[in-house]
Amino acid sequence: MTTASIPVAPAPRKLKLRPKTGWQALDFAELWHYRELLWILAKRDIQVRYKQTVLGILWAVIQPFAQMIIFTLLFANNGFPTDGIKPPIFYFSGSICWLLFATSLGNSGNSLVNNQNLITKVYFPRLVMPIASCVTGFVDFAISLVLLVALMAWYHVVPTATIFFLPLFVALALLASLSVGLWLSALNVQYRDVRYVLTFVVQFWFFATPVIYPASMLKKHWEKVLVSLNPMSGVVEGFRWSLFGRSAPSFMIIVSVIIISILLAGGLFYFRRMEKTFADFV
Amino acid sequence: MSDIAIRVQDIGKLYRMGERRGGYTTLRDSLTGALRNSFRARRNGVSTNGNGHSLAADGAPAQGAFWALKNISFDVQRGEIVGIIGRNGAGKSTLLKILSRITDPTEGEIDIEGRVGSLLEVGTGFHPELTGRENIFLNGAILGMKRAEIAARFDEIVAFAGTEKFLDTPVKYYSSGMYVRLAFGVAAHLEPEILIIDEVLAVGDAEFQKKCLGKMGDVARSGRTVLFVSHNMAAVTRLCKRCIFLQSGRLVEDGNAHKVTSAYLQKTLASSASHVWNLSEAPGDEVVRLRAVRVRALDGAVSEAFDIRQPIGIDIIFDVLEPGHMLAPNIHFFDESGINIFITIDQDANWRRRPRPVGRYCSTAWIPGNFLAEGRIMVRVAITTFSNMAVHLDESDVAAFQVIDATDGDSARSDYAGHLPGVVRPLLKWETIYESKTDDSLLGVVTQM
Repeated sequence: MTTASIPVAPAPRKLKLRPKTGWQALDFAELWHYRELLWILAKRDIQVRYKQTVLGILWAVIQPFAQMIIFTLLFANNGFPTDGIKPPIFYFSGSICWLLFATSLGNSGNSLVNNQNLITKVYFPRLVMPIASCVTGFVDFAISLVLLVALMAWYHVVPTATIFFLPLFVALALLASLSVGLWLSALNVQYRDVRYVLTFVVQFWFFATPVIYPASMLKKHWEKVLVSLNPMSGVVEGFRWSLFGRSAPSFMIIVSVIIISILLAGGLFYFRRMEKTFADFV
Repeated sequence: MSDIAIRVQDIGKLYRMGERRGGYTTLRDSLTGALRNSFRARRNGVSTNGNGHSLAADGAPAQGAFWALKNISFDVQRGEIVGIIGRNGAGKSTLLKILSRITDPTEGEIDIEGRVGSLLEVGTGFHPELTGRENIFLNGAILGMKRAEIAARFDEIVAFAGTEKFLDTPVKYYSSGMYVRLAFGVAAHLEPEILIIDEVLAVGDAEFQKKCLGKMGDVARSGRTVLFVSHNMAAVTRLCKRCIFLQSGRLVEDGNAHKVTSAYLQKTLASSASHVWNLSEAPGDEVVRLRAVRVRALDGAVSEAFDIRQPIGIDIIFDVLEPGHMLAPNIHFFDESGINIFITIDQDANWRRRPRPVGRYCSTAWIPGNFLAEGRIMVRVAITTFSNMAVHLDESDVAAFQVIDATDGDSARSDYAGHLPGVVRPLLKWETIYESKTDDSLLGVVTQM
């Protein structure tokens, strides 16, 4: 053995284990300490994702690309408005933003259940799991984004200066999926019904989000209210606005930020409260 | 060095029935268990104490709840190596899970000083699709090592595992032996101040187990604190000076390893030569339940002691609840030091590879006379489906019996009355050729044969 010289990573030297009841404080310092694990788990999911597939990473863009073609044929050709943006680009940008949210939500919602072998055998802050899953969804998005740039070049669409807001909306989409994912992943530990609920929640949510239609198309008051209350409306609309600079959805974005913040804070605390029983129930 | 590394005070852990407890449950078990729980909880409207555990008003466990651990207190000095023993379900794994922070205690306090590393399983988080190299980093990170630490020990880990050639092969193509060696290699290079280990030695071939034991001996000598759960009494006494014996969630004995292990062996051996379960508590799953195990003589008499020359029958009585499974009952025999003497698998031609209809079965395995060595023999019973490798049940120490080798002169010990080592004592056939001439012809006969 010649390992004596390796520095041991700083870990909490003193641990006090007590029965936990009720609400727990969030421990971001500990989460930060486990950032390497977070990264390696995300990396594992990415590495494993397209192993033993012929098309590999191409699968990341096939779905939004196919959606774009179908939406263009089905909706744009039948007179659906696209806010003056070229239909393929309108649909593709909406799709990738939506898919970033939907895949991240699906991954994080199932993250604890899919990793139950880890949860019952080692300790780490359980928050690492849903967060790492969101990173995975981001990789698919980044690849699709490259294709979007190519499409924009093909159609000679020049992005406006608002493009600098793009990262903000990407971050919002990820936070939105994390906020809901936290609730669902914790519930999923005890109630496997969540797995099925997730599928159709995502489906319904899709139609309540301006992906295949612009929010400006909605005329009825209740439609507007409903779509505005959906935090993803502001994100998708804002994402398009940052790319093409048309119809700034300022009100919607504020609503989105507020709702996502509430959901996220609630999700974090709910997750922390349930965390201690994960290993017993999963 | 007399400072305290771990102080456990009055720890208790309450589980709701059907909830996953310590020990190894299958994926399906925990899945169906979790669903069952969710329904049961809703149906019964069990009140919880905010800790996910049901408690009646007076603090006694509500119906369907039980204490997996209760009133456990002990201190572990820095640098001490402590063995934890007990039967299945005694609470050993639960205790380790609480100490490793995987699950919370329901009551009590624990103070730990030092960086804790726990190994409750070999190869936790190994991903079949990833290569050996990728898995070393993944597993290391999961066990709490930093990337730099793993990188620094990478060559050592690979050398220990002896899998250099397959580093870039996905581990799903590894043999189970290679897989375990690589997994243990990573684990063995984890260098926390306090190490918590659960029966990781129960895997791998004998030589590799020896290597692991040696490695753990090194860890022990390097002054680290180790908590070690095992069924292997030989390993416990070899590695630990001190031992803790748990029974039904209570701490029964704590002290010198030799004394505690022999107390454990006596207690568990005191369990009779037959064991019968009610259906509600019968070990098993939705496919098959173990109802009784008996140790008996040829005439059917259940007995705890057998003459070495006598055949010994082990009856396994089980109920098949779900038809269509090709079940293979198997029995594992252990001696007092925990050494696995042998395993026998039911090969009755009538039922082998044949789906079994629902009903009650009694399978009997006969150990021939003049086969086992004298001493206490412990019986472990499992029922397995090999086609999709499902272990329906696996119960340790379900029965025990004594083999007695009387010095009558016609057993394998012949006229020798002293201590005879060995786990088996077969009566072998010896032949003798005699010639009165002492030229080389007899040597020739022997060497030609």
